[in-house]
Amino acid sequence: MKKTNSIWTHIRRSPYQSLAAVLTMFLTFLLGGIFLLTTSTSFAILRFFESKPQLTVFFTAKAGQAEADVLKDTLNATGKVSSTKYVSKEDALGIYKEQNKNDPLLLEMVTADILPASLEVTAKDPHYLAELEPIIKGANGVEEVVFQKDVVDTLLAWTNAVRIVGGILALLLGIDSLLIIMTVIGLKIAMKKEEIEILKLIGASPWYIRKPFVIEGGIYGVSGAGAAWVIIMILIAVFRIQIVSFLGSIPIIHLLLSDPFSWITIAASAGFFSIMALTGFILGGLGSLVSLNRYIKL
Amino acid sequence: MIRFDHVSKKFGGSTQALSDITVEIPDGEFVFLIGPTGAGKSTLLKLIIRELVPTEGSIYVDDWNIENLQKQQIHLLRRYVRMVFQDIKLLYDRTIFENVAVGMEVLNKKEQDIEKGVRDVLALVELRDKADQFPAQLSAGELQRVGIARAIVGGPKILLADEPTGNLDPETSEDILEILKEINKLGTTVIVVTHNNTIVDKNKKRTITLRSGKIISDEMKGKYHFAKRTHHDKKHDEKEEKHTHEKD
Repeated sequence: MKKTNSIWTHIRRSPYQSLAAVLTMFLTFLLGGIFLLTTSTSFAILRFFESKPQLTVFFTAKAGQAEADVLKDTLNATGKVSSTKYVSKEDALGIYKEQNKNDPLLLEMVTADILPASLEVTAKDPHYLAELEPIIKGANGVEEVVFQKDVVDTLLAWTNAVRIVGGILALLLGIDSLLIIMTVIGLKIAMKKEEIEILKLIGASPWYIRKPFVIEGGIYGVSGAGAAWVIIMILIAVFRIQIVSFLGSIPIIHLLLSDPFSWITIAASAGFFSIMALTGFILGGLGSLVSLNRYIKL
Repeated sequence: MIRFDHVSKKFGGSTQALSDITVEIPDGEFVFLIGPTGAGKSTLLKLIIRELVPTEGSIYVDDWNIENLQKQQIHLLRRYVRMVFQDIKLLYDRTIFENVAVGMEVLNKKEQDIEKGVRDVLALVELRDKADQFPAQLSAGELQRVGIARAIVGGPKILLADEPTGNLDPETSEDILEILKEINKLGTTVIVVTHNNTIVDKNKKRTITLRSGKIISDEMKGKYHFAKRTHHDKKHDEKEEKHTHEKD
């Protein structure tokens, strides 16, 4: 009997245990996959904000280029600023239009007059920000100073929370999957105890006896991971437009989601599947190996 | 070559299954191992395939010292020394072909070699036409031949047969013995444990007689002549049986 036939027979003869194993794996990988994508996206957002100017100075409605030039000169004189960029009311309107091009209603209501001019300031070192703040706040026409650091800190807090909660859940589900695989394979070992004894007596190597069980555990892992991958891909496809409109300014998200049939999107999806399937195989195979060591002495 | 050097085997520290056994079986020999039930015949075979380890003494199978064998090497010994089991030990959910093929699959042989090897041994044991049947469809004699086929399919150097003719009619027993002799002619050392006096007397092969765990005779053209069981034998059997139950 070919090995593959024998493994398929193992699975087919106890369909409920097999289904329980695949479903547990599916849940683990669904949550694990979503957690992995959420964490990766959070890091992408974080990196995006970190690469942005470290603070933005918003001017009052009446202030404009002249106030910005004075402030720019003052800041450059400190020697602590690496670059500054003036964004006029018209530039701000252009950015706003680009960001909301899919929503004509929002575009109709906004004119350049109601948007503030701003100055994006990048310090040579983040530590200089505290020294620059009083100079900026004391300048003419300044309404508000927004630190990217604040945005980054908030994001970091969220990312850490997601990482901790998601990580703990994924870990618990991973342990649960391992235990389920161990139990299912343990039952199958008990059912095959006589066959294993015979194989040992006719000279089967320990690996020859272990292999079908390890592959069976691996198949449960790959099946569960594959099903989870399909669901995650469907979820991404359904919410793609919303994600792009909300996070499209982040280059990596724009690159991956703007065109679902681009080679880079397909390659990334295939890579994501490979990681999930490989992890599934390792998790399932590991569960089987632990069970084999526990229930049979080779 | 198989060599037992002052080998003893005790179960549970008290039941003496074998006592100070020293014997040598050269390559290519055909040996009958006889003796009353509980004399230690099956124990002796189990020691050769290291299903059991001796309490005292040493066992050598060619260059292997059985007691020093690492766990990872036991399967190599069992490929070299194959056994036909008293209860045959077939896989009842597999066909006859598949049951015999397992004997070669464990050796990691190629599929076409397995196909040819299995067809050849099934022809040798005259079961070619039963290849696609399941064990439940075969008679006791045919099942015994399947057990022999599985044992010889990988070309072992030594073949141990534990009561291969038990529960078989005289004619089928003769057939089984002819197959074993055929295998022996091909160069395989064959050790047959039996209670069948007819086949022992008729074939005039080397015969080792065990009683109460000791060798009481070893004759080159032996006969089935061990005396009827003594009171001591019966007590020994009772002890061993009690021990087996405790183990279960």
